[in-house]
Amino acid sequence: MAEYKVDRKIDIRGEVCPYTFVKSKLAIEDLKSGQILEVIVDHAPATENVPRSLGSEGHKVLEVVKIDEHEWRIVIQKA
Amino acid sequence: MVKVNVKFSVMFKDATGTTATTIDVSGETVKDLIDALIKQFGPKFGERILDEKTGGVRRFINIFVNGKDIRNLQGSDTKLEEGADVRLIPAVAGGKEFFGLTQDQIVRYSRQIILREVGGKGQKKLMRSSVLIVGAGGLGSPASLYLTAAGIGKIGIIDSDRVDLSNLQRQILHTNDDIDRPKIESAKEKLQKINPEVKIITHNERFAVENALDIVGDWDFVLDGSDNFPTKFLINDACVLKRVPFSHGGVLRFVGMTTTILPGKGPCYRCLTPEAPPTGMIPTCQEAGVLGAVPGVIGAIQATETIKYLIGSGELLVGRTLFFDALEMRFEEFELKRSPNCPACGDRPLIKDLSQVDYGHVCEVRF
Repeated sequence: MAEYKVDRKIDIRGEVCPYTFVKSKLAIEDLKSGQILEVIVDHAPATENVPRSLGSEGHKVLEVVKIDEHEWRIVIQKA
Repeated sequence: MVKVNVKFSVMFKDATGTTATTIDVSGETVKDLIDALIKQFGPKFGERILDEKTGGVRRFINIFVNGKDIRNLQGSDTKLEEGADVRLIPAVAGGKEFFGLTQDQIVRYSRQIILREVGGKGQKKLMRSSVLIVGAGGLGSPASLYLTAAGIGKIGIIDSDRVDLSNLQRQILHTNDDIDRPKIESAKEKLQKINPEVKIITHNERFAVENALDIVGDWDFVLDGSDNFPTKFLINDACVLKRVPFSHGGVLRFVGMTTTILPGKGPCYRCLTPEAPPTGMIPTCQEAGVLGAVPGVIGAIQATETIKYLIGSGELLVGRTLFFDALEMRFEEFELKRSPNCPACGDRPLIKDLSQVDYGHVCEVRF
């Protein structure tokens, strides 16, 4: 697991799709280009949907890591 | 006795210490589960989840059993099966904001926030914007419905008519029960039901030479939903003088047309039609008829243009006139150039104030 200097972290456990993406998008809009967002989710489909959707908006997905039984960390760098 | 899996929103974590648990319920309903959870997590959790007045679950807490909202099942009497998945998620209206939007706003506008061209930034722009709609009729109905639903901050509607039975074939804001009511009253009621967040300002008066400049000056964008040439020219001239962008729209029989005017950055309606046709030359909808869905199409395009202008995305219908022919089912586009001789926006405009123009008759400019 690589270590990144995270500029903003959002814990959106309890959220389901598409709100996992909507909230991640709101958070990343608030960052500057090159800054890093960490998103914690507990909704399994979000581990694919959030990186795919943010990736298609041009942001760089740095990692998607399982951190607990039902929890994942998604790390994204703003384009 | 059933065993169920419960997931909490992270917002309960301070009371529960966890976001998930598996619990034995000595009963079989959601109410029994709540009792069991309060027993396990203590009174602090109970305070968070129960309404002190009614003793029931607080209204803003949504409970889902196997993905279904219990409000659509049997409420707190909903039966729980062995192994059921239950989620407790508070709807945070107002109060707690997430990057400038409430939980309700995030859900309500999610389908357009997802769009790359809108996003949270575009949504917030819409929420700070104001749009005046002239006429709550065939064009104003669909336009106001979509703009209200999209979350424009403030919407103004000006119309002095009352709802008539013959309006209902196309003016989809109004219903049978509204006949004889002022249109703006009927409109406001419907729009507020669709989106109570939008501020609706109503003017129960005609859009006229006396009030036009004062009224348009207050808005970011104007949408022409009027049904007669004098008003269309008046909207054009007032918006050009005040430099307020607007969407022009018109319909008759099976055809419609629309263009978007940014004063100072493109042609205006008088560049296309310097003067109104003499009275009687072009029939009105009253005489010629109109298919109700035609203003539906044009009004929806006008609302789309309004939103695009406000969020600053895409190509507007500036310098282009779009014609819609419903019988042939064809859209055609024509170039529209700014005329140096235009009486409103030309190099030496003749219209310097609205009192020069006789809008009551043929919209001629008097010299």
